Amino acid sequence: MVCDSWKAKLDTYLDGELPEEETRAFDVHVRSCLSCAGETLNRVQMKRAVQLAGKRFTPSSEFRQRIQRSIAAKPQRSPRLAWILAPAVLAIILVGALTSAYLGTARSRRDHVYSEIADLHVATLASSSPVDVISTDRHTVKPWFQGRIPFSFDLPELQNSGFSLLGGRVTYLDQTPGAQLIYQIRKHQISVFIFLENAPPGTLGQSFPATRKASFDMETWSQGGLRYFVIGDASAADISNLARLFKTSSS
Amino acid sequence: MPLFDQLFNFAHWLTKDREEAEDLVQETYAKALKGFSSFQLGTNFRAWMYRILRNTFLTSRTGLRATMTQPLEIENTETELAIDRDTPETILLERSSQELLQKAIQDLPLHYREILLLCEVQEMSYQEIAEALSIPIGTVMSRLSRARKSLRDSLRPQLQKG
Repeated sequence: MVCDSWKAKLDTYLDGELPEEETRAFDVHVRSCLSCAGETLNRVQMKRAVQLAGKRFTPSSEFRQRIQRSIAAKPQRSPRLAWILAPAVLAIILVGALTSAYLGTARSRRDHVYSEIADLHVATLASSSPVDVISTDRHTVKPWFQGRIPFSFDLPELQNSGFSLLGGRVTYLDQTPGAQLIYQIRKHQISVFIFLENAPPGTLGQSFPATRKASFDMETWSQGGLRYFVIGDASAADISNLARLFKTSSS
Repeated sequence: MPLFDQLFNFAHWLTKDREEAEDLVQETYAKALKGFSSFQLGTNFRAWMYRILRNTFLTSRTGLRATMTQPLEIENTETELAIDRDTPETILLERSSQELLQKAIQDLPLHYREILLLCEVQEMSYQEIAEALSIPIGTVMSRLSRARKSLRDSLRPQLQKG
């Protein structure tokens, strides 16, 4: 009868899901019980056989490349951004072909930077360890960056703001190190990226109003020789509020 | 793409067709990218991706057909205790009958096939499986047990024939 109860739990034991105490007890039992030892061997063989048989299908290289291309494809500019840029485009036409070419290149670079920032934000949230320094205390998070990035920055006081700091990590934009802070408001995570002003390639301008990129709201500005990006799936108002807190703390 | 190979393998087992599996994986990635905001930080990313894939499959034509024809689950937790000298496991090992085993897995009802693959091939914990399939852990344990029993039962007569 003892064996019956063990055999009922045998698969759970082999799946590594039995409580620690029971696992130890079964380890002892199976050494002295021929019947349970035999049944354990059978189940292990079956597990191995199913595992091998189950790894049956592999994707073709063409399909892999197709998916990689579709994931790497840069998001299309949103209609809203197009409307914002429309006057600028008209102005470009007016001031001549040379300026047009110059601004066209700048805009392309800006889009490149925005897409990179969106990718960094998504990759961070997808990571099993999104932050390297886990703390809600800005006086813990800020000093952690000392010696890791070539500049210093101020973090805002969040009291009564609705935002909470989750932590930070070192990030890279075009091989240039910077700081990434993760904030939360309700259930939304927001990334704040800080780089040296000359680090992101392309002309980004002193500041740029909140815009929408790949379903994320984003705001960027330059202040005190640093370039800030605030991005997340929270509302545009939340993004602006967090940006304002940073602007105030850094002024 | 760290989960790409595993997702494709799982999709192929579900759809039983390479082209359909490719469509399913492509749609899964598209939905994951589009709906990334619904992913809760701190929860299991792998289980989230499998849940998207499975839900996409279940709403596809093949998935609907599979769920409409699947037999009712019988909550029978009776454990198989008889020990045979020639068990399916030992015969499988001796003959290396991988094709036979693959056929047996393929013929399992969808709800048994998917849970068995998530546990044995993807080596997911019960908690992860529960998240991926949106079922309680107790159901994971009982369904897994029935899936294994069903596989052993289906192998026994086939092996005896050979």
